[in-house]
Amino acid sequence: MSNVPPDLQYTKTHEWVRRLPDGTVEIGITDHAQHALGDLVFVDVPEAGRALKVGDPAAVVESVKAASDVYAPVSGEVTQGNPELAKEPEAVNTDPYGKGWLMRLRPASGGTTAELMSAPEYQKLLQTEAA
Amino acid sequence: MAFIPHTPADVEAMLATIGVSSIEQLFDEIPASLRVKSLAGVPVGLNEMQVGRLMSERARIDGRPLCFIGAGAYEHHIPSAVWAITTRGEFYSAYTPYQAEASQGTLQLIYEYQSMIASLTGMDVSNASLYDGASAVAEASLMAVRANRKSKSLRVLVPRTVNPMYRRVAMSTAGNQGLRFEDVPYSPESGLTPVDALKKYEGEDITALVIQQPNFFGQLEDVDALTDWAHSHGIFVIAVVNPTSLALLRPPGEWGTTGKGADIVVGDGQPLGVPLSSGGPYFGFMTTRTEYVRQMPGRIVGRTVDLNGREGFTLTLQAREQHIRRAKATSNICTNQGLLVTAATIYMSLMGAVGLERTAAASHARAKDLVAALSSVKGVRRAFTGPYFHEAVLLFDRPVAPILTALASRGILGGLDLSEIYPELGYALLVCATETKSLSDINSYVTALGDAMQSAVRAA
Repeated sequence: MSNVPPDLQYTKTHEWVRRLPDGTVEIGITDHAQHALGDLVFVDVPEAGRALKVGDPAAVVESVKAASDVYAPVSGEVTQGNPELAKEPEAVNTDPYGKGWLMRLRPASGGTTAELMSAPEYQKLLQTEAA
Repeated sequence: MAFIPHTPADVEAMLATIGVSSIEQLFDEIPASLRVKSLAGVPVGLNEMQVGRLMSERARIDGRPLCFIGAGAYEHHIPSAVWAITTRGEFYSAYTPYQAEASQGTLQLIYEYQSMIASLTGMDVSNASLYDGASAVAEASLMAVRANRKSKSLRVLVPRTVNPMYRRVAMSTAGNQGLRFEDVPYSPESGLTPVDALKKYEGEDITALVIQQPNFFGQLEDVDALTDWAHSHGIFVIAVVNPTSLALLRPPGEWGTTGKGADIVVGDGQPLGVPLSSGGPYFGFMTTRTEYVRQMPGRIVGRTVDLNGREGFTLTLQAREQHIRRAKATSNICTNQGLLVTAATIYMSLMGAVGLERTAAASHARAKDLVAALSSVKGVRRAFTGPYFHEAVLLFDRPVAPILTALASRGILGGLDLSEIYPELGYALLVCATETKSLSDINSYVTALGDAMQSAVRAA
């Protein structure tokens, strides 16, 4: 069973969103997503300052068997891409909700947000997908 | 390994499995109005004997002229062993087999090729080759757009000293993907791209600067100054080089005074053991620094170990390629020129660093002999000052085309007439000599030119 922390929000495309105290959001891919991808060998994170709209391809995660885009769940400006992932892409596998975060961004005021799910809703999605 | 795909029995079994009566039926969904029933103007097929005879006849028409044309393709001596080995059954195939379980020999050869090209250009990584030098410039421009993240403009500066055919191919390939290729003028005295000509772009968002060394005129650009200028303005440097010249010149990986070097290096690999063959097929090469390898198009072979720790070779970093990344692949051409790369690798192995250096030095010496001899003819002089590698531009006091025709009638291809591509130069001819030209060949050219000049009309 995938780990789905209760305090985060989720997208249909298996990203998670964490709201930070300073008003920015942290984004990563879920435990389910990292498991489906397999061992990551490369993570391409966006540059600070890049403006993203909901649904834009924002990062690329590459495993030994596939390369997938990670889509922006929130519109806004990237404040930081996780610099550690260049050296340690496997952090996304070992700690997808912690050290494996991909990017932080400052939501655009009045900007749109993808339809985000709560943890129980995301759990249900995973069960539906599995069935 | 057999590459014959399916027998009639296989086809029948497959059709039966999917419940279709004929292959033709698979195309039913294409409207009849869009189907081409016959190809007008295409003659019936010929057998091997007929094709052999036709090609021999055509080759006879070409004759065996003394060729002083360079302009991107260069006649070099090719040791007999190069093609004797390349055409062995183990290598000779229209298809490059990449399957690691069946193609260790081919994969190792490509790996060796990559190592040699990376070393020759002074860069970290090479791909397994591209189609030719021109398409390599197009691919390098597209790669620069992906890799130079600071730039959003898709503007690529292409000095007019870059091979004009490369520019045209780049525009055809990448122009419709939003890239803009902008001319940079050259100095009429030196035939070089002056840094001053780039000053007007300072403060603007430019993605990349293409630097060709030696340039299309054969002249040696001030690559350090151009590279430093580009890097100090956040602009990528795409180097276009002649691989033979790299045996003598500093590799693009060391261009500039900051130690950074070019970002992407491309060129045509034809001088490395590939015959002129009326214009192709040739192959393109591309190298870059490790940090940009995921933006590089084409195949890459890596060295690894198997389960038992034995060394082996396999394609690597394939997430860049179409079969995995689909529309987001680095290029729609993720393949290589396997057979020509085989020849080039064997050529480089046989020549070695010393052999390549001697070839380059002899070519340079012959070109100097040629330029000195031709400019001694009345009405002929060099167009530019400054050093050149193995070709140079000559200016005539009368139109070049009739002179070339007269030379051709005596079995001499005198060079490339530049008057259409660079009308501002006047009556200009680009000439080239490599190690294949003897002093007596050069004397034949001078004698024939003297005669041709006597009979040709002088410009008013």
